[in-house]
Amino acid sequence: MGSKTPLYEQHVEAGAKIVDFGGWDMPVHYGSQIGEHNKVRQDVGMFDVSHMTAVDIEGPGSKALLTRLLANDIGKLTEKGKALYSAMLNKDGGVLDDLIVYANGDDYLMIVNCATREKDLCWISKQAESFDCTVTERQGFAIIAIQGPNAIAVVKDVVHDDVKTVIETLKVFQGGYCGRWFIARTGYTGEKGVEIILPGDDAVGLWRDLRQQGVQPIGLGARDTLRLEAGMNLYGSDMDESVTPLVSNMASTVVMKNHEFIGKAALQEQLQNGVEEQLVGLVMTGRGVLRAHYPVFCDGIKVGEITSGAFSPTLQHSVALARITKIQGELTVEIRNKHMVVEQVTPPFVRNGKQVYKKQ
Amino acid sequence: MVEFPKNLRFAKTHEWARLEDDGTVTVGISDHAQEALGDVVFVELPDVDTALDAGGEAGVVESVKAASDIYSPVSGTVLEINNELEDKPEIVNEAPYDNGWFFRLTPSNSDELNSLLKSEDYQRLCEEETH
Repeated sequence: MGSKTPLYEQHVEAGAKIVDFGGWDMPVHYGSQIGEHNKVRQDVGMFDVSHMTAVDIEGPGSKALLTRLLANDIGKLTEKGKALYSAMLNKDGGVLDDLIVYANGDDYLMIVNCATREKDLCWISKQAESFDCTVTERQGFAIIAIQGPNAIAVVKDVVHDDVKTVIETLKVFQGGYCGRWFIARTGYTGEKGVEIILPGDDAVGLWRDLRQQGVQPIGLGARDTLRLEAGMNLYGSDMDESVTPLVSNMASTVVMKNHEFIGKAALQEQLQNGVEEQLVGLVMTGRGVLRAHYPVFCDGIKVGEITSGAFSPTLQHSVALARITKIQGELTVEIRNKHMVVEQVTPPFVRNGKQVYKKQ
Repeated sequence: MVEFPKNLRFAKTHEWARLEDDGTVTVGISDHAQEALGDVVFVELPDVDTALDAGGEAGVVESVKAASDIYSPVSGTVLEINNELEDKPEIVNEAPYDNGWFFRLTPSNSDELNSLLKSEDYQRLCEEETH
């Protein structure tokens, strides 16, 4: 028996197949993973992501702490509520986690992964000792993500007028409080939508109201294929402590100039020596499914492996992320002793319901 | 509810076999198997006229979750394959015992059918696996 989110009963009632996910009993699908995936791309769906870890960083030293902790520059957050995606590195430049941090004046709200919870809290608290700020894990909350082309309209239909007003003022990648609710125009699907962090006691009501509007609950299975189509990394699969953001398609989230942060020296060294690997997109239009750990070859020589792969319901063929050495030539992936031709592309694969990948 | 039709025989590897009136044997995967696999996205079937061994590899099912080998429950020669699965693999999920069949073969030894599991024994095996 794992931990249960405030919405667990709702999932069971909706016929979810429950699986263990990092110690949490979470819905993997409610019948058809592909049906759920398509619903988000074409209409709207809602996700219970209350298993994620929320950390409040408060006090005058918060900004200085985050400047040191994050490879991205917290100084970019000049507007209230604005969100920043960043890697958090160890001193060797390895990715401890990827996260989103929202600014709220001097204070910040950080959302980190569930599997990395203990490691992250330990690391952040230790670094915080030399700064004038407090690090507190938020308790008793839920997170509901509503995503899809009709997501914002349907949310506005069910929430109070004051919440609606907040949503209307938000720009993409910005969040704002309405009482104890925090609403953000963020997500992990490549579609429009919001993520609402709210007290656990309020979560069931919102979930039920959305259900009454016909919003389909979406399991973690479709969440994974949606994020992969959107070209978004999954921590633990596409990157971890053994690799740097420079070989994880995250270089654009690293700010080296006028920014001292943990891991910087290691990244500088890697840049000087030459970055030999890269995380790329792969597309296979033939039959079959690219999956994690399948080896990738260039002109018959192994050059790396797939880190995440799946059948893309939107594109109707398989797509993958793979870490390979920088090389020119014909790429193949070995699937059950057969070499299948794949094409290297620049992710994302899908945005707002449409194919967007660029051939290299 | 997962179904275990009484008129079918099952392999431990989750394929079903049905003896037809003309003596041929139709093969597919069980309702339990399709449910465990999740949405099926590709099915790789053997070529017509291929000779298959009982328990030998006969194809692959790719679902959203995993790639799984399909084994022939009995030995024989492939007579016909279900071409509909190429464009509509989801039929395997929707009707595993009906339109979602995989291939039909001429058995080389129809006694082999009797060594497969009866419906109730297969159901027990599945329940043990789940618990």
